[in-house]
Amino acid sequence: MRFMMFMYPGIEEQDWNPTAEDVAAMSRYNEELRKAGMLLSLDGLRPPSDGGVVSFSDGKATITDGPFAEAKEVVGGYWLIQARSKEEALEWASRCPGENCRIEVRQVFEMEDFSQDVQDAVEENFGG
Amino acid sequence: MADAARAIEAVWRIESARLVAGLARMVQDVGLAEDLAQDALVAALEKWPADGVPDNPGAWLMATAKNRAIDRMRREANFQSKQEEIARETGALFAMERSDFEAAADEEIGDDLLALIFTCCHPLLSREARVALTLRLLGGLTTPEIARAFLASEATIAQRLVRAKKTLREARVPFEAPRGSELDERLPSVLEVVYLVFNEGYAASAGEDWVRRDLCEEALRLGRILAGLAPREPEVHGLVALLEIQASRLNARHGANGKPILLLDQNRGRWDPLLIVRGRRALERAEELPGPLGPYGLQAAIAACHAGAIRAEETDWVKIAALYDALSQIQPSPVVELNRAVAVGMAFGPEAGLALIEEIKDEQALANNHLLPSVRGDLLEKAGRQSEAAAEFKRAARLTENERERELLLKRAEQTAP
Repeated sequence: MRFMMFMYPGIEEQDWNPTAEDVAAMSRYNEELRKAGMLLSLDGLRPPSDGGVVSFSDGKATITDGPFAEAKEVVGGYWLIQARSKEEALEWASRCPGENCRIEVRQVFEMEDFSQDVQDAVEENFGG
Repeated sequence: MADAARAIEAVWRIESARLVAGLARMVQDVGLAEDLAQDALVAALEKWPADGVPDNPGAWLMATAKNRAIDRMRREANFQSKQEEIARETGALFAMERSDFEAAADEEIGDDLLALIFTCCHPLLSREARVALTLRLLGGLTTPEIARAFLASEATIAQRLVRAKKTLREARVPFEAPRGSELDERLPSVLEVVYLVFNEGYAASAGEDWVRRDLCEEALRLGRILAGLAPREPEVHGLVALLEIQASRLNARHGANGKPILLLDQNRGRWDPLLIVRGRRALERAEELPGPLGPYGLQAAIAACHAGAIRAEETDWVKIAALYDALSQIQPSPVVELNRAVAVGMAFGPEAGLALIEEIKDEQALANNHLLPSVRGDLLEKAGRQSEAAAEFKRAARLTENERERELLLKRAEQTAP
């Protein structure tokens, strides 16, 4: 099974640059995940103002620049891990060197989670 | 309560290998180390649901295991009078007084884990025993889980584990990772175990059991751990590369009704790009190290060639044929030759492939294997030798044990018959 762990750092845009100390602690944690053979990929994300938002309303896309309304509620990075149970993923998340932040742990859909007609739709549209 | 048990199980999965490895270093006996670790788990199951999981659960388990070890020895022997004798016997007490798990350096933990892997995969043990012991002590799987994965009874697996630990104890196998040339000698038996675990999961048909995919993931996890512990060994990276790329095809290998789909017929859109990228990266690591690629590295390079073709028709068969050629030189086997014949046939025309088949057609190892006539039939058909092709497909149909495959082969025999 795969789990995505989303990190919500709970900081404002101007505080987005992490200190060397933060990075060192986080690197140690990432290394632990890697050494356990569970880490599939990870990334830290630049502040929201370097990105943007595309919102859809009645099928129409609208692009807006950041910053977002709730600056503290944005994703700051993610880990994609392989774990043997939800509890194991949660245990790993709780070992993250966080101070005041939040990690959301979400299980990734696998193909066999879908019904047959959904699988068939994937098959057709991926093309052979 | 059930939640607490599951949380403890998760901690156990994460900590058990390091715990057993650290204890085995002290007591020089993996069987005893496992018993001590289990004692600590039992204590955790009693304490944690009420008190909560401690901040450093690994250190808690280790401290508890050490205390249990001393209790055990007090119970089992007349501690006061036999202390010295026991200490000599196991080296345990002396080691325990000095060692402090919490202070153990990362490097030390790594060494212990590596020693545990090599001990579980010791050449004294049968393949089955190595696989079971590795899943048990490195993977933290329970006996019923291993039994389910290998479609064996729990009693069989339990007995296999008991015997393996007894064998290691009686032979007084030292708890250490081999170095230098001994490491080169023993590494293949470790890699083989990881590969066997993967194949056990990979070979089964889809939907048969969720455990199957778990086994593939567990093998990948073990391979990646090993790559972290032995980063200078190209074949470790080669194996990881091979497994990552093979695992990338897990979703594409079976059709809706569980029918197997051959590599060239798979929907490549269903291959997992993340695992392909990870496999390529591991292959690069193997290639960057000194020396030519070993058998796993070459197989990974072949897998990477397939992964690199967006459509089956774009496959670089010339390169694949060259890689099989290299593989057949370092690890000759009839099956490798057969695959080489397929690749050569694709790259240089059916007659070139048939010439290679000619060389292996009397191999005893392939005598009852349907693949030989099936590949030969395919090449003959492409060469326009229809009646010979039909005869080969019929022969292959007689030999295969798979009903669906037999149907397919008989159909091809019918189509090619003049």
